[in-house]
Amino acid sequence: MKKGIPILVVVIAILAAAVWWFSSSDDQQVAEATTFVYCSEASPEGFNPAFYTSGTTFDAAGRTMFNRLVEFERGGTNVVPGLAESWEISDDGLTYTFHLREGVEFHTNHGFEPSRDFNAEDVLWSFNRQMDESHPYHGVSNQDYSYFGYMGMADAIESLTAPDDMTVVFELSAPNAPFLANLAMDFASIGSAEYADAMLEAGTPEQVDQLPIATGPFMLTDYQQDAVIRYTANPTYWEGAADIDRLVFSITPDASVRYAKLRSGECHHMVYPNPADIAEMQDDENINVMSAPGLNVGYLAFNTEKPPFDNKLVRQALNMATNKESILEAVYQGAGETAKNPIPPTMWSYNDDVVDYEYDPEGARELLAEAGYPNGFSTDIWAMPVQRPYNPNARRMAELIQSDWAAVGVDAEIVSYEWGEYLDRTSDGDHQTAMLGWTGDNGDPDNFLNTLLGCQAAATGGNIAFWCNDEFNTLVNDALRVSDSEQRTALYEQAQLVFKEEAPWITVAHSVVYEPMSPAVQGYKMSPFGVHTFYGVSLAESE
Amino acid sequence: MLQFFLRRLGMVIPTFIGVSLFAFALIHLIPGDVVTIMGGERGVSAETRAELEAMLGLDKPLWQQYFIYIGGILQGDLGTSYVTGKPVLSEFMARFPATLELTLCAGIFAVAVGLTLGILAAIRRGGWLDHTVMTISLAGYSMPIFWWGLLLILLFSVTLGWTPVSGRMDVMFWVEDVTGFMLIDTLLSPAKGAFASALQHLLLPAIVLGTIPMAVIARMTRSSMLEVLGEDYIRTARAKGLSKGRIVAKHALRNALIPVITVMGLQVGMLLSGAILTETIFAWPGIGKWLIEAINRRDYPVVQGGLLLIATLIIVINLLVDLMYGVVNPRVRHSK
Repeated sequence: MKKGIPILVVVIAILAAAVWWFSSSDDQQVAEATTFVYCSEASPEGFNPAFYTSGTTFDAAGRTMFNRLVEFERGGTNVVPGLAESWEISDDGLTYTFHLREGVEFHTNHGFEPSRDFNAEDVLWSFNRQMDESHPYHGVSNQDYSYFGYMGMADAIESLTAPDDMTVVFELSAPNAPFLANLAMDFASIGSAEYADAMLEAGTPEQVDQLPIATGPFMLTDYQQDAVIRYTANPTYWEGAADIDRLVFSITPDASVRYAKLRSGECHHMVYPNPADIAEMQDDENINVMSAPGLNVGYLAFNTEKPPFDNKLVRQALNMATNKESILEAVYQGAGETAKNPIPPTMWSYNDDVVDYEYDPEGARELLAEAGYPNGFSTDIWAMPVQRPYNPNARRMAELIQSDWAAVGVDAEIVSYEWGEYLDRTSDGDHQTAMLGWTGDNGDPDNFLNTLLGCQAAATGGNIAFWCNDEFNTLVNDALRVSDSEQRTALYEQAQLVFKEEAPWITVAHSVVYEPMSPAVQGYKMSPFGVHTFYGVSLAESE
Repeated sequence: MLQFFLRRLGMVIPTFIGVSLFAFALIHLIPGDVVTIMGGERGVSAETRAELEAMLGLDKPLWQQYFIYIGGILQGDLGTSYVTGKPVLSEFMARFPATLELTLCAGIFAVAVGLTLGILAAIRRGGWLDHTVMTISLAGYSMPIFWWGLLLILLFSVTLGWTPVSGRMDVMFWVEDVTGFMLIDTLLSPAKGAFASALQHLLLPAIVLGTIPMAVIARMTRSSMLEVLGEDYIRTARAKGLSKGRIVAKHALRNALIPVITVMGLQVGMLLSGAILTETIFAWPGIGKWLIEAINRRDYPVVQGGLLLIATLIIVINLLVDLMYGVVNPRVRHSK
């Protein structure tokens, strides 16, 4: 009659034995002092950085396995030599000559043994593949070269030639100062032409994209789909072999679980923590939380083609009526800083002398009266339906702005559409005021000022304020034509003053990015681009 | 019997068409097109849009896209992923063993624990054991998988340090993929301790995924058992002087199990849908995690193909359960 009880006892006993066995099996694992485990947020889309636009793929491919002609300095937006040791730009800004680095070896990996070092052929192969539709590799893997297109490279490059083995020359169709920074982006990564030829001959060209051979600090050893990516340090890396022997990406989609893994010592570094966990992490002495402002801006654009926003006074008044500090607290929960310029403070040429509109409802009311709206008016505020890096909660932000504006007599209705629809309609100018934002691509001010506020962008849709100011437009287009960075800085600083005076946007905030890691992690530098680079990182012994 | 089999099989075809149409419509009815979303804030030029739409086959009318899609399926072609450029079927097959392994282990947990608890509760009806079991199963049934998973991780992995947080295997082990089932592959591999690590990694996700089916099975077993225990033939057996254990094991359990088996069959759907959440929490590289990522990236062929394959799986399992039920219980066979 007591048959059930023994079964329960047996089940419990088995469970207990299992737990004991499991917890005692730890010592069987080989301790690898120089294995660095990074808890990443998703599977990479692939291993060819030219195909994709997500940071996840850049982390797993572009930043680990590949190099480019020029690189962004670790932790910054400045461009430094990479596979090109030096370069010259002609006075007319049309000819870029790169002198390639000697003695750079390709990975010996996936059964491929390179017979020669890196040279101009590899550069030609990597770019021609993207721009020449008749190139044998152009259609391989059936993917789009998204970033090459976004950055307007096809129009920018007139020709690419190699006068000798160690020199490449780009001829541009028009002066284009950010071109150099574009070459440091992931899509401009350099692969092995010799490997590509071998794979084409073997009839497996896709392998070039799935198991790439490049020159970067780490070599891909193994990818267990959706679970783990393993790399080993490239022993012959031209900058010197990495301090960590093995690099492991442990793909963990849930932020709370990544945090648990960091706490239990299963990973050394995690990305994208839940904002709600950050305070607790900062109090934990076993976790080191690094933070840096992201290369982004969240803004509200006034449609300057529609009344009353064609009136500068109205735009200035609503700038004054908006309390950014309270938005920062409620929407960004501390993970942001108020913005006064359209470019983030980590970017060169940021003009710190610009004075922002102070929160002053009384002054706003007076300005509105001066503009001919003593009793205010009715308008709309468009809010994105999705969370973006530069704006964690657009709906909440819209509500706060709505109530700020109501205090000065402006009655605003909040409008939202599905994301794709939202993007379409704002670029068509259906809105009166709309929120949007931008995350920088190449660290160049042109990528914000011209892309978002230039007259050309007003015609093509990137400029949703539809603001076309002659003075501003001349400044940013002049800056495009000179390659001297001091001259460019002066022009961009001036452009930021014009922007603030004309007030086509309310510059709301730049979000701040947090990266929690184990205190054993040494020498890590956060990238303003939001990518994660593990070359130059080491692990302290004390772990 | 053959007639019964054919009748059941005939019902599969409209179900299958319905599912394919539903999967296709669902993904295309979501407003906002994939090309605009791919571009994001950067926008898409008209040229690029036309090029991408042609490449993705989105330039044709919707009904044509559907027929092209169905035509492909009939030839065994579920399309290729927009993101990876690989065939959907091979991507599915590469991940399916992981899901199957997790689901099977969760199923074993659910059946073993659910049956035991259900039987115990029935024979101790009204006692503290019964109340405890019923409370546990109610709680288990109502527990959101996300919350329950995180709770177990915090207790067993972070606080006690007994089990690993997530994944399928300790990153230190390199196990060659032979069968796709980690428990088997680790036994084939020379790596010492790999099997224990695989088992350790499986424990929490299997429990989390198995909790709801376990609760359902426990409740079903209890009520079915109680019903059977009230039957006349049990009273007769008792009058004959048989021990209670013998009555339960030999006479009551068999009859009580018939409805329980049906419920177990239905739980397969529950397990597969629960696997989607469980895999996301525990970073388990199966089809659930794959589908979630595909949805986030609007990889239409993967979402459509994945849904269709999962639905097919559930249809086939339900068909098998139906057929088995017909074998076990002749009354079902003859009903019109």
